[in-house]
Amino acid sequence: MTSVKTVHLSRTFKAKKKDGGGIVQALRDVSIEINKGEIFGVLGPNGAGKSTLIKILCTLLLPTEGKAYVAGYDVSRDYRKVQEKINMVSGGETSGYGLLTVRENLWMFSQMYNIPSKAAKENIDRLLKEFDLYEKRNERVRTLSTGMRQKMNMIRGFMTDPEIIFLDEPTLGLDVGASRIIRNFITEWIREHPERTVLLTTHYMAEAEELCDRIAIIDNGRVIALETPENLKKLVTTEFPFTMVATGVGHPERVRELVGNATWKENDEGALKFSMILEDESIIADLVSMIVEEKGKIIHITKREPTLEDVFIKLVGRGLD
Amino acid sequence: MAVEQIKNTLSRNFITFKTAAWLGWQMDSNWADPFLFIIYTIVKPISATFILVMMYVVVSGGSTAGSLFGFMYVGNAFYMYIFQILFGVTWVIHDDREHFQTIRYIYIAPSSFYAYVLGRSMSKLILTTVSVAITLAFGILFLGVPIGLGTVNIPMFLAVFFIGLASIVVFGLALAGISFLTAEHGMGMNEGLAGIFYLFAGVLYPIGTLPAWGAAFSKIIPLTYWLEGIRRSLIPTSTDPTLAAYSSGFLVYLMIISTIIFLILSIGIFRGAEHLARKQGKVDMLTSY
Repeated sequence: MTSVKTVHLSRTFKAKKKDGGGIVQALRDVSIEINKGEIFGVLGPNGAGKSTLIKILCTLLLPTEGKAYVAGYDVSRDYRKVQEKINMVSGGETSGYGLLTVRENLWMFSQMYNIPSKAAKENIDRLLKEFDLYEKRNERVRTLSTGMRQKMNMIRGFMTDPEIIFLDEPTLGLDVGASRIIRNFITEWIREHPERTVLLTTHYMAEAEELCDRIAIIDNGRVIALETPENLKKLVTTEFPFTMVATGVGHPERVRELVGNATWKENDEGALKFSMILEDESIIADLVSMIVEEKGKIIHITKREPTLEDVFIKLVGRGLD
Repeated sequence: MAVEQIKNTLSRNFITFKTAAWLGWQMDSNWADPFLFIIYTIVKPISATFILVMMYVVVSGGSTAGSLFGFMYVGNAFYMYIFQILFGVTWVIHDDREHFQTIRYIYIAPSSFYAYVLGRSMSKLILTTVSVAITLAFGILFLGVPIGLGTVNIPMFLAVFFIGLASIVVFGLALAGISFLTAEHGMGMNEGLAGIFYLFAGVLYPIGTLPAWGAAFSKIIPLTYWLEGIRRSLIPTSTDPTLAAYSSGFLVYLMIISTIIFLILSIGIFRGAEHLARKQGKVDMLTSY
């Protein structure tokens, strides 16, 4: 049963004159179908079009071309009916009325959804406990840390028991503990409500891999792959993901000349950590010779199990960082 | 079935309105401790009015007697509603979008955005009512403003007052829609409109003192009739000579007709601006002002 559907969805923006003007293509010809009961991930780097997609599906933005349906309703025409079925949570922002307490803030939003006041308060208290925020229920929102605010926002999104919830980078900038609580809650919620749907955007590969039933990889506004995490990883199982850490490499771009998809970054010790996918392992000999020629030193080379990052690098030609 | 649906919609809108009014009150009253807040509520309108009174006294050579003083004093007191409600309604959009960053969550909620905006501006209406009452009481007690409590035409006052408030809210609604499309400095827009009303709606002087085109313009503004009706009900001798030929019933009739026309226009403007904001991605934009 389809919950969300987009058909050749595109969105352009006019760039500001100070940014050079012209047209920015945020989404290009996106056609996806998301089923009820799914946690569907949209994975891509910053600026890939993830938030634009969510804004269209949440009725905040109109598409330039194509159609989008949420719970069977056209988001452009029947947006009031769509709003009956959805809620959303965005990460990395400081939304909330700072003068109100956590409980007041949540109660206020519950009234916008016509939830009877008593039931809303009971539900809010239950969720505050689940998110480990109950102790802060009477604190003013302006005194909360980023992580606490984000937990409050998650409660705001889920307390209305939406048919479809859109989570736009919900763990952005959070510490490990807060992220874990949020991830566990999402998994548990969909297990207990198999008729509901979650659409989650993230640029954390591990989060997408852990949570999502299917993942759309999006880059430059275009969906370049859509599969289960397992099937996506199969795209690189005939190849060999390697990590190489080396020092004294003066010209890391020569590694890329040899292995087209190699990416690298400097680690804390000043060494370069290369990630690459080799179609033929015999190229390692050439790689070693090249590093030695450069008077560099290889600390170690590791062959890894393929991850979504490897898939991403293969498909996009670069990493997310 | 249809009746049940209408009942449900009204009930939902009322809950939204009530909640938004509660939120607005929290915002407007919680920024200071209660004692300071009460002092501010009393002193602000009196000091604002006193500036005008001093100007009048200087120009008139030291007197507050005469019908023009009452004309000006009452007009200025009730003008507070125009400024505060226009400001309040448009401020909701900017406040929720730029400061609290909650507008996207309010907008996607399945409740009436009109009910929300109107509810949020209710606290401004209540606080302004307190200010107007204090200003009038101050004028009657200390400045000789000729409002006799026994001579006030209460039915006319109530009828004119509420229709006028409705027309101000209607103007505010159009501005709220336009606010979706403006950056935070767009707040100048409501100050500009309030300024136009200050100049042309017969707040401080009879509209006959304006050039012919200005007086003609005054007559299409419902607030001109509102202020005239308020004055007639409070100080029967203080009328605008240009409007003296209009009976009180005709004034009310003109107010109702012009408010309905502006209501239709305002809803059109709000919806048009809302659609444009969705098209341009401005519903939840952050302008960083």
